[in-house]
Amino acid sequence: MGEPLLARLIADGPPSLWEWFARNWDTGRAGSVKDLLGDHLVMSLVPIVAGLVLALPLGLASARWRWLYQPTAGVFNVVYALPSLPVFMLLISVTGLSKTTVIIPLTFYAIAVLLPAVVDGLGSVPDHVRQSAVAMGFTPLRRLVQVELPIAVPVVLAGLRVVAVSSISLVSVGALIGQGGLGMLFTRAYQNPFLPPVIVGIVLIVALALVADGLLVLAQRLLTPWVRARRAS
Amino acid sequence: MITFDAVTKRYADGTVAVDNLSLEAPTGEITVFVGPSGCGKTTSLRMINRMIDATEGRILLDGDPVQDIDPPKLRRGIGYVIQQAGLFPHKKIVDNVATVPLLLGWDRGKARSRAMELLERVGLDPAMGERYPFQLSGGQQQRVGVARALAADPPVLLMDEPFSAVDPIVRTSLQDELLRLQAELNKTIVFVTHDIDEAIKLGDRVAVLRVGGRLAQLADPKTLLSEPADDFVREFLGHDRGIRRLQFVGTDGLRLRTDLTVPAGFSGGSPEPWVLAVSDDGRPVGWLRGDGGGEPEPYGTFRPGRDSMRSALDAALLSPSGCAVAVGEDGKVVGVATREVLDAALAEAADG
Ligand SMILES: Nc1ncnc2c1ncn2[C@@H]1O[C@H](COP(=O)(O)OP(=O)(O)OP(=O)(O)O)[C@@H](O)[C@H]1O
Ligand SMILES: [Mg+2]
Repeated sequence: MGEPLLARLIADGPPSLWEWFARNWDTGRAGSVKDLLGDHLVMSLVPIVAGLVLALPLGLASARWRWLYQPTAGVFNVVYALPSLPVFMLLISVTGLSKTTVIIPLTFYAIAVLLPAVVDGLGSVPDHVRQSAVAMGFTPLRRLVQVELPIAVPVVLAGLRVVAVSSISLVSVGALIGQGGLGMLFTRAYQNPFLPPVIVGIVLIVALALVADGLLVLAQRLLTPWVRARRAS
Repeated sequence: MITFDAVTKRYADGTVAVDNLSLEAPTGEITVFVGPSGCGKTTSLRMINRMIDATEGRILLDGDPVQDIDPPKLRRGIGYVIQQAGLFPHKKIVDNVATVPLLLGWDRGKARSRAMELLERVGLDPAMGERYPFQLSGGQQQRVGVARALAADPPVLLMDEPFSAVDPIVRTSLQDELLRLQAELNKTIVFVTHDIDEAIKLGDRVAVLRVGGRLAQLADPKTLLSEPADDFVREFLGHDRGIRRLQFVGTDGLRLRTDLTVPAGFSGGSPEPWVLAVSDDGRPVGWLRGDGGGEPEPYGTFRPGRDSMRSALDAALLSPSGCAVAVGEDGKVVGVATREVLDAALAEAADG
């Protein structure tokens, strides 16, 4: 649909885009852009948060018992490698055509990225720093919470930024099973070649990703002033 | 007092790192463990605070076996300083120093003010407390490491090659600083190094270990230099043992001549081959020929009573006259130790 669509966009111009957006933002019926945005947020945020919550203990265990790491990381990588469609098919039989069917694979993807980030983050704690924490009389739990995890934060946050952006973008795939959030705007356009919804969908998804990334960068600055200070020097 | 009672450490792979070690590190003194790489110095040190547990034998802290003390509790009472300082990169300097007091449950304000006090004590500007570790030089980080180890005022201090990663000038000043602190604090210090000169400079007692973790000799530095127990120790001590031993010979007994100084404007007429030109405010300017010819020549100084015979001899060798200039605390000339006087003192040192 290259040439004619593009031509039409140019012919229609931005006013019709805005007009379409304003008309469809809040129609009061299901499927308004506002609803889709809300769905999109839920389906991308839940995997990010759940991924982090699950990757932390898995990462801690993998760092503690190294032999656990490769098999665990392997499982999540294999799931990551599976094409989404058959995964959805499989899940639909359990969870039906619901948001959960999208949230579950995205959570797996998040873990696939965050598990190595947690393990590498803990690995980034210099040995002499860990040793001196031991020597000063930290108990293992206190050492983890007050020394090792804070030092791991920059690496984990870098992973989280990748997860946030990819998760926000990947939700659209859920449109395949009618749960794509803003991705639904693309399938509609596919049935009826009309461009404004596609543009609105892309812009909103990119904007969402940028906002999420910005918030994470802000979190990074607040949580790890010692890294920012290092860059400034 | 720290007592090693027939301590052996065998690692899981069969390596014997420490072999039947028995020695005492007396209270209030610096005991240095020195030896070639891999001789078990770090292992011995870490068995004291139980970062490593001994395979056989016991280590006693003032008579109590460390095996009976819960490790975190034991460690909070023992300061520990390592080569890379091991500072927490994510904490400000002041919070790094306050670590152990906070672990011990002090309130934040008290821990922080104690930390500030210690920064000053180890020769750092307390304003540095607000920086992060990477914003400090290696030498400064090492001082923070010492301050952190001292924060909760532990009676025992373990130091594992704390000064070997800094350049020689900084190392010398850190060593001097440690001796100065120790004169005030009287901690029981176990200090590990592979540098025999550092061992001799810092140690009240020096334990020389050989590879395989066996004690080769335990003695005070002077005895070590004059009476090495065997060829291994002799070789490890290296060359210049005689010269280095002069470090332990005092200069307070030297008879100083005060008739060899002249004002800076001196223009000849002395029967002596060399005379020392002194400025109006009493500081040395340089050696002049007795007949007044030539420019002032270089001189070397030492502080009688404070510096060793080695420094006095060094000062003498720096000047064409062969005499060492004795100066007071204020840098003003108090006299001259001539070649003859130094000679006599050396002869005496060689006998004793
Ligand atoms: N965890 C370990 N497992 C097995 N062998 C070890 C272990 N740690 C140390 N060793 C061995 O024990 C011996 C003593 O090691 P240690 O670290 O105490 O030496 P060191 O005197 O401190 O040496 P260096 O001056 O190089 O620091 C060495 O042969 C070393 O290879
Ligand atoms: Mg060592």
